[in-house]
Amino acid sequence: MGRYIARRLLLTIPVLLGSTFLIFAMVYALPGDPIAALAGDRPLAPGVVAELKDRYNLNDPLLVQYGKYLGALLQGDLGTDFAGRSVSETVAERLPVTVKLALVAVGFEALIGLIAGVLAGIRKDSFFDNLVLVTTIAVVSVPVFVLGFVAQITLALRLNLFPISGIGEGLYSYLLPGFVLGSLSLAVVARLTRTSLVENLRNDYVRTARAKGLPPRTVLAKHALRNSLIPVVTFLGADLGALLSGAIVTEGIFNIPGLGRTVFQAVQSGEGAVVVGVVTLFIFFYIVFNLVIDIAYAALDPRIRYE
Amino acid sequence: MQIHKKKMRLSAVLLVLALGATACGGNGTDSDDSSAEGPSGGTFSYTITNPENPLVPGNTSESEGTQVIQALFTGLVTYDVETSKLEMEGVAESVESEDSTLWTVKLKEGWTFHDGTPVDAESFVNAWNYTALSTNAQGGSSFFSNIEGYDDLQAETDDNDVVTKPPSAEEMSGLEVVDPQTFTVKLTAPFTQFPLTLGYNPFYPLPKAFFADPEAFGKKPIGNGPFQAEEEFRQDVGFTMTRFDDYAGDKAKADAVDIKVIPDVNTAYIEVQAGNLDILDTVPPEVIATAPAEFGDRFIERSSSTFTYMGFPTYDPRYDDKKVRQAFSMAIDRAAITKAIFNDTRDPAFSAISPVVDGSRPDACEYCKYDPAAAKALLAETDFDTSQPIDLWFNAGAGHDAWVTAVGNQLRENLGVTYVLKGDLTFSQYLKEVGRQKKFTGPFRLGWGMDYPSPQNYLEPLYTESALPPGSNTAFYVNPAFDAKVQEGNEAEDNDDAIELYQEAEDILLEDMPIMPMFFGKLQSVHSEKVSNVAFDAFGRADLANVTVNQ
Repeated sequence: MGRYIARRLLLTIPVLLGSTFLIFAMVYALPGDPIAALAGDRPLAPGVVAELKDRYNLNDPLLVQYGKYLGALLQGDLGTDFAGRSVSETVAERLPVTVKLALVAVGFEALIGLIAGVLAGIRKDSFFDNLVLVTTIAVVSVPVFVLGFVAQITLALRLNLFPISGIGEGLYSYLLPGFVLGSLSLAVVARLTRTSLVENLRNDYVRTARAKGLPPRTVLAKHALRNSLIPVVTFLGADLGALLSGAIVTEGIFNIPGLGRTVFQAVQSGEGAVVVGVVTLFIFFYIVFNLVIDIAYAALDPRIRYE
Repeated sequence: MQIHKKKMRLSAVLLVLALGATACGGNGTDSDDSSAEGPSGGTFSYTITNPENPLVPGNTSESEGTQVIQALFTGLVTYDVETSKLEMEGVAESVESEDSTLWTVKLKEGWTFHDGTPVDAESFVNAWNYTALSTNAQGGSSFFSNIEGYDDLQAETDDNDVVTKPPSAEEMSGLEVVDPQTFTVKLTAPFTQFPLTLGYNPFYPLPKAFFADPEAFGKKPIGNGPFQAEEEFRQDVGFTMTRFDDYAGDKAKADAVDIKVIPDVNTAYIEVQAGNLDILDTVPPEVIATAPAEFGDRFIERSSSTFTYMGFPTYDPRYDDKKVRQAFSMAIDRAAITKAIFNDTRDPAFSAISPVVDGSRPDACEYCKYDPAAAKALLAETDFDTSQPIDLWFNAGAGHDAWVTAVGNQLRENLGVTYVLKGDLTFSQYLKEVGRQKKFTGPFRLGWGMDYPSPQNYLEPLYTESALPPGSNTAFYVNPAFDAKVQEGNEAEDNDDAIELYQEAEDILLEDMPIMPMFFGKLQSVHSEKVSNVAFDAFGRADLANVTVNQ
């Protein structure tokens, strides 16, 4: 197990190197001159343009630019954005916000999604099962910004149950945006759990367990559900990785200063250092969460072992 | 000034529905004029989107950072909030010159920065030199280009923006400190309007603390304005500013302002509805019809300095006849477009000089009057080939699609020529790779917002030969008669003469019609019941110091 983890972690190094280069090349290939975009209607003095281009190495060829970036990165310097703000400071400020939002969202998904899925699964074709089916279809088909505005206007503005926007009220401010953000995946989790459970409940080993005279609760919890959770855990893990890479729309509606918005604005203004720094972090999250999921399989399914 | 308002506009048709769309007219202005003297106390909140740069006046030209800079700093001169007229309520006692070239600036006594250090002649001269020096990479550098010695502070560059020779000096020879309260400015050419330009951000003073640590200063500026920064500014969050009690001018009324960064304008609007946010300087287009009724006299509308126009590629043989350009201009019904497309949130433009500045004439543009018959007749006099479609250019993702399409439809209807929309380039590509390379193949959209309230600011930086790209004269319009008139205006004896000369220059411009004026901007704002005396100037900046909090 230890060696397996070590091998997987070592593999992240070439992945990160390759991906930073790819992202760097993509930002480099973005059309338009970022310094000209910075200036707007009134052009900057030519000497100022040259100074800015020199500061951000924009006159160098791609490989030289990347080399300089990587050199600084190895010394722990993530660079600065065009306004001179340090990228590591920006990340340090926003990462906790994004993590909180993602955890709240995944929390909702896991809690409500699993309960709804299990209840629907054990009472297949019941009224509740159909209710879950209809609700999840409805939620999946509504775009997140509609859901966001509806929730904001009804629950926050009209009923005054939650803060409208911002993160001024601590974890409480994350509840509504977290719920909106997690709602789509919540529906997926519920349906995934239900399907998987229904399938497993029909399996031979479950019939055997029942035939042995085990109480239905034990059959469900220890035999059927544990197995059914494998696809759900895979999904939740991948989703957590995705949510950590920010949620531009939800962050916008609820004014959550997270990483999604940062990277969105950085792409728009062609800020290579910001995009590469933040996206590399996202990739790192994905790698780590995939590893965690793989390890979780072993815990859920005794047939899976890692050497 | 750069018009770069980056409020994310998420579609919010839904918002309109949820608010119960009751379209009503109504035009409210803040009628509460009981501007009581002395502080009223209390705290209110104001929203901006993220400033693009650190909060340093010489590097702030976009609208959002300007809102904060305006409250933290006071320049040599100020402008009347309502009329934009020059007022000497700033640091300068007088700005005088015999020959309009050598200017003497005398400062008032008793002005200090928030850290207690005096606002003296050096704090201006040092700030201007710092901003002008190209290696400091300050956006406002070019505003000093008419001061003697500016060129020595500029690195020489080649066509690829690579420095070929570093600056040869660090101080402009035209600036001289005479005594702590006096300095002189020597310009390269006479410019009567010089005092009028001094209220703009790059001309603000900087304390010694800035030069010690510019980076820290950019997060928590130490200014000389009515409010002082209480903490570091945080991107996407904001900060609190408190009243500066030792302010030498009219002190701020409220105790403090919370500057909240809310990039999404719809979210900000809901916060005002809920009373959590006090002043919002934009109203989302989706609710523009309902806002006046909902907010009553807490909905404010005023004309702003922004100017939208369409340039012609005068270098293109197809558009080198001014009759063609005049015919195009007459074929466009501007009032119909502002009504149908913009819900009257903009005014049709019938001059090249914005109505917010002295010297604007409401009907300066003869060929801007809608006259389809005359337009068609005039076009027939030329050899313009109406069988070929015309290209209409605009930059992508900035909401120009609808009105440029309307312009195209009117041209098709009135001149019988089809059009093709060219609207898929980002602003930087549009300007740098197409506009400045003489690659526009038809009329193209451009915008402008004033830096200082002078007609000169609507003429010289946009259409003179010295403004050719990389300047803003993207129409590549060159007419020595026009340039001469502008220069005469710059050298005029007094302001009235200057205005007359600028108007004559405007007449030449609008006769040649290298650009056709389209719209003048308006600003819409809403505020909560908690605040009174909310007013905006033509730059779109809220007069935060005079806002009172209702107790």
